[in-house]
Amino acid sequence: MELEKLIEKFQQKDVKAFESLYTMYNDSIFGVIYTIVKNEDIATEILQDVFVKAWNKADSYNAGKGRFFTWLLNIARNAAIDKTRSKSFKNAQQNLDVDFFVHSIETNDSLDEKTNAIGLKKYVSKLAEKCKKIIDFIYFKGYTQKETSEALEIPLGTIKTRNRNCINELRKMLEV
Amino acid sequence: MNSKEYIASGILELYVAGALSEKENEEVYAMMQKYPEVMQEVLSIEAAIVQLTAATSATDTTGIFDVIQTELNLSDDTSRETTIVPIQKPRSIFRYTGWAAAVILGISLIYSVLKTSDLQSELEVVQSEKEALKEQIYKANNDLTAATKLLSVLRTKDIISVPLGGQAVSPTSYAKVYWDKKANQVYLDLQGLPDPPAGKVYQVWSLTLNPLTPTSLGVIEGFSSDKDKVFDVTNTNESEAFGITLEPAGGSESPTLEQLYTLGVVASNP
Repeated sequence: MELEKLIEKFQQKDVKAFESLYTMYNDSIFGVIYTIVKNEDIATEILQDVFVKAWNKADSYNAGKGRFFTWLLNIARNAAIDKTRSKSFKNAQQNLDVDFFVHSIETNDSLDEKTNAIGLKKYVSKLAEKCKKIIDFIYFKGYTQKETSEALEIPLGTIKTRNRNCINELRKMLEV
Repeated sequence: MNSKEYIASGILELYVAGALSEKENEEVYAMMQKYPEVMQEVLSIEAAIVQLTAATSATDTTGIFDVIQTELNLSDDTSRETTIVPIQKPRSIFRYTGWAAAVILGISLIYSVLKTSDLQSELEVVQSEKEALKEQIYKANNDLTAATKLLSVLRTKDIISVPLGGQAVSPTSYAKVYWDKKANQVYLDLQGLPDPPAGKVYQVWSLTLNPLTPTSLGVIEGFSSDKDKVFDVTNTNESEAFGITLEPAGGSESPTLEQLYTLGVVASNP
């Protein structure tokens, strides 16, 4: 079914459509949450909350304001970041290495069953340091252009093109 | 801006990430509706990001959907049994007062629902006003940070500044090169160059003079869409001069000297 139709049905509280969307995005959303909280149990808990919230707030999604995937991504990142600020989380160890997502992909054994696994692993292992940082900030941490420019100490005007170059490499490898 | 330049600017990658302002999101959406190739590009970028992010998950969370369904009290089973409660015939006088009470209750329920939805829409208006204000502040901050960043780069002690003057093909053009030799970084201020015609790009060259040897430092992508016209490229060469030429999209192996827009020599070291 077309994505637009599926989203429409989901907004009309169709459980089957909800399940289809979950199957499309659960890995991505879990991956992003896990990259932020770095703990599997906590990440699973947040994943549940995110999709419960998505169901309850389905009405508030509007295609004119962005992609559905981006909408989910925002809910997930906000929930995960909220968690890292909570008291219960402060006790758990937090390391702030920016290439955590690279590490996750390189050590991901369950990837082998999926297509493009070798390509993806190769892609992240070859990834230039500045690409690792920019991808981590923009896609996993949800930084704005301005925040990324400050964190990387590069001019605001160069963020867009630099990020595009990094993503172009990924697309070449994935052939999308 | 045409759709090709729009795509090359990198804005769509940020759109998928959710890194744009609400206004920018609306602009991108309008472009997607207008140009199928922009729509296609967004879908491709999204597919790539979905795969990249999914690859960071080593846990199978398929089963979590059942937990979510239980938490939300959703069930696939639509054929719920209806229980039938026998109704006794009420006595006539009580029947009317009962109806009256029901009508009054109904009206007051409707009233309170209407009132609540009124309040809710008011709340939404206030919230979207708040968002708009935040957006304005954010935008102003953005501009300020860009300017501050630029200034701090230019003020670095070890920076070598090289003015590039306009050449025969475009005498009024000018540009400036700020070369951070230690960081092997070159910042280009290209405000004095006209927008390149469709299908052409500017290419930046490092030159050594004796003998004259050009080395490409790269092409400037997304020139027209860049607001401050400041770009950075890496330069590990012992440059003696810098030049900028107009080349076909993708750049050239060696500079097209008839299309040399600006040129400037590095002042010899003291």
